[in-house]
Amino acid sequence: MAFAAFGTSTAATEQAPRRRSPVAIILLLPGLAYLALFFLAPLVSLVITSLQAPVEFGDVGQYQAAFQIENYAKVIQDYWPHFLRAFGYAIAATFFALIISYPLAYFIGVRARPWPLLQAVMLTLVIAPFFISFLLRTLAWKQLLSDDSAIATLLKSLSILPPDGHITGTAFSVIFGLTYNFIPFMTLPIYTTLERLDTRYLEAGSDLYASPATTFWRVTLPLSMPGIVSGTLLTFIPASGDFINASASFLGSAQTQMVGNVIEAQFLNLLNYPLASALSVILMGLILLIVGVYVRRSGTEDLL
Amino acid sequence: MRLSLGKWLLPVYAGLALVFLLVPIVYTFVFSFNDSVKSNIVWVGFTLDNWTGVCSAQGVCAAFATSILVGVVATIIATVLGTLMAIALVRFRFRGRSAISLLLFLPMATPEVVLGAGLAAQFLSAGVAKGLGTIIIAHALFCVSFVVVTVKARVASLDPALEEAGRDLYGSATQVFLRITLPLLLPGITAAALLSFALSFDDFIITRFNNGGVETFPVFVYTAAARGVPAEANVIASAVFIFALVLVIVSQVTAAARRKRLAGLS
Repeated sequence: MAFAAFGTSTAATEQAPRRRSPVAIILLLPGLAYLALFFLAPLVSLVITSLQAPVEFGDVGQYQAAFQIENYAKVIQDYWPHFLRAFGYAIAATFFALIISYPLAYFIGVRARPWPLLQAVMLTLVIAPFFISFLLRTLAWKQLLSDDSAIATLLKSLSILPPDGHITGTAFSVIFGLTYNFIPFMTLPIYTTLERLDTRYLEAGSDLYASPATTFWRVTLPLSMPGIVSGTLLTFIPASGDFINASASFLGSAQTQMVGNVIEAQFLNLLNYPLASALSVILMGLILLIVGVYVRRSGTEDLL
Repeated sequence: MRLSLGKWLLPVYAGLALVFLLVPIVYTFVFSFNDSVKSNIVWVGFTLDNWTGVCSAQGVCAAFATSILVGVVATIIATVLGTLMAIALVRFRFRGRSAISLLLFLPMATPEVVLGAGLAAQFLSAGVAKGLGTIIIAHALFCVSFVVVTVKARVASLDPALEEAGRDLYGSATQVFLRITLPLLLPGITAAALLSFALSFDDFIITRFNNGGVETFPVFVYTAAARGVPAEANVIASAVFIFALVLVIVSQVTAAARRKRLAGLS
């Protein structure tokens, strides 16, 4: 039911529109007004705020209109490691989520076809994490990976983890948490493309003496590309802006702070609105750039 | 079909992936029965007290009620706005269609922290006090795009012949819409509304920037995380989980029954 939002079906939606009518404007107007007022205008506010300068002799959190373009230079200079971490962690998490999700989606969408009940049960389990609080799930991992947890003890006894080592509070645990939290967003779109995969193509591959590996690389993988692209975007975008997993009260520490953590702290605790806004504008710009290049290179522009 | 490394490899991998997904859910559920005093970290013993006296932990039930209220109102706003837009986008030809599609795609491609900070900056410069109203505005905003995507698919799959039949039988435009179009769209609208509610109910990042002092359930958990989350929060999360799971199972069973009935008719 709710899978539609993760789907990639453009075939059904792009049916030729039929009529030209003033009714369309009436239907669109409320929604467009809402988006203009609460999406576009806030983006403009963000840019305006990012250029503000502190009021002279003013209180903390008091700023005035200005054109301090140097806010941006300062932000990049001070916080480039946080940008690096945000994108590094997000790319790693996207990669691991893909590694975990693809075989899972393949099994549900292709192998399990003869058993619809099994498919339904497995899909329900894939979306099950959505039904339980995101924050509590992440806190559960914090406890499960804590220093005296069974997992940490086991890793220490196997000498994988040094006796005084930690799992939580490291880059590893932040990437782990991000991977975990976004697996359903990766699995569902891949599943929707694989579910429609015509298995006769695979038979054709093996009839033409292609090895199973060749068939997979040359037939299955290219055909599931739209799902992979949506899945990676649905994982990468929220992961790069996330500040929960990297927060010190969850899976991170002071050494794992991402841009999201800085924006949160600067905006809400330190009331440094221009700094937080400049960071947000840069983050959004970089994400749009990365997403644009990625979508173009993977040849799936029609997704947008 | 895939690497022929034995038929069992893929099912085992898929099974392990699902187990991985379920581990924290089971943990949360189990610890809802923990006889803990303050912070619910170490297993003390089994008790039902957390379930029978959920509201005894300060603020948890109020936060839950706030989340439900925000979710319902934001869902109504997003569903109405989104459904109207979806119908217009599929059914009408007009200039700027692709610009509107882009405008609808952008909020989904914007990281939540930017949406949240943007709205907060906007409310700040407009002098709007943050509170329940600003949370609802923010939630409805990020739900609208998802509603449009979900309902659009349903509108596109609708057979226009059914509406034409209605008009041929002298149904007025309003009658055709209310008696034919709307009922046929209802499954899509319901799915969109459920998705909106789920998104709103679990949102933390955007809420964090726009809540003022108001505590939704995720805000409660976040604030409590620093000093230890009470087991009652696990109870609420587990109860919501079970409720949602039952809802999904019931909807799948009824959908399967409907398919069977339709198959029997043809």
